[in-house]
Amino acid sequence: MSISEYVNGRYDRAMERGVHDRGGWPTDTPIDRREHELADWELRMDAIENVLEQHGVMNTDEMRRGIESMPLAAYEAASYYERWLFTTETILEEKGILAPGEIDARLEA
Amino acid sequence: MSDHGHDHGHDPIGRDGEPAAAARVRALEDLLVEKGVLTHEEVRARVDWLVSRTPAHGARLVARAWLDSAFKQRALDDARSAALELGLDPGESPQVVALENTEDVHHMVVCTLCSCYPKALLGPPPDWYKSLPYRSRAVSDPRGVLEEFGLHLDEQVDVRVVDSTADVRYVVIPQRPAGTEHLDEAELAAIVTRDSMIGVAHPAAH
Amino acid sequence: MTFAPGDMVRVADRPHTGHHRTPGYLKGKTGRIVRVHAAFANPETRAYGADGLPRLPLYLVEFTGGDLWPSAPGRDRVCADLFEHWLEPSA
Repeated sequence: MSISEYVNGRYDRAMERGVHDRGGWPTDTPIDRREHELADWELRMDAIENVLEQHGVMNTDEMRRGIESMPLAAYEAASYYERWLFTTETILEEKGILAPGEIDARLEA
Repeated sequence: MSDHGHDHGHDPIGRDGEPAAAARVRALEDLLVEKGVLTHEEVRARVDWLVSRTPAHGARLVARAWLDSAFKQRALDDARSAALELGLDPGESPQVVALENTEDVHHMVVCTLCSCYPKALLGPPPDWYKSLPYRSRAVSDPRGVLEEFGLHLDEQVDVRVVDSTADVRYVVIPQRPAGTEHLDEAELAAIVTRDSMIGVAHPAAH
Repeated sequence: MTFAPGDMVRVADRPHTGHHRTPGYLKGKTGRIVRVHAAFANPETRAYGADGLPRLPLYLVEFTGGDLWPSAPGRDRVCADLFEHWLEPSA
């Protein structure tokens, strides 16, 4: 499924539990305590999102809402900053700052 | 229900072995700069700020609280103001709360809903803090989680888990270890670890 | 602020459409106010582009683990920050 197919999803379905609502979620997975130094793209993703907030383009709650709109499998498979990328693309497209497919087009250029 | 816990290191691989997301982020930044939404310099400055944040900042708050009981009380009332007293950047959150560990209670911090974390004082959160298993079990099985981290608590010590569900940020003031009476403030700060300020470890042995 | 430290409160157990910061594991549970925070902008409206005003009272509420997880009795406690409009006085 492409990002633009996700974009038109809305977090407005009455759900008992959001995909993000993890307290007490049944799990057998041990806590992986390995740490990794943030890659350049991850630092940039963090920074881009924060600069957008500083400029009032999007806010933290919109950012969280965007992440929460991910389908469950996508949410669980994504890395932490992949979720940030998803929500930033989603919210910026929602606000008309990015055109649908604009990043895909730039990558294919 | 089960989860994969794939919170890091499993990104789809694109050109040159880098994750596909890396190219997307570069394209995103370039597009936003071209549209005049932000500048590369602003992104760079924010990256610089993020990498400047380390647990040493929070450790100074803890060390001062250990040495100065009036400061500790101020930190417990309003840790944001207490951090500013020391010239520390408390971060963007309007409220920071310090949680004091005692002989009777051990605190542990989590954000079950996402990854809220006092990064201005502790630096970026570790991967495990953001992981699905930690977010799930910190509230439902805190003692089990602490055992996984190698932290054994005496039976009479209560565990108190704080779930950062709003914009308040939480930092743990661990108990000052015995035998540290001779250490000065800088030496005390040096034994305060990031994990002890999250609540999954004691301060380092000295 | 309606509540003060020591007050017993019950977390509303109502379905909510859209972004909100009340975790599912606390809905319908009863706890005790332990800290009164400043008021904060409402994330439920801010998440959809509104300014989140007026600010709403926020409280740190403490629950007993045994009340939250029936299969894990114990006196360990879980606290969370909850907005006033999710809390009802509990007898």
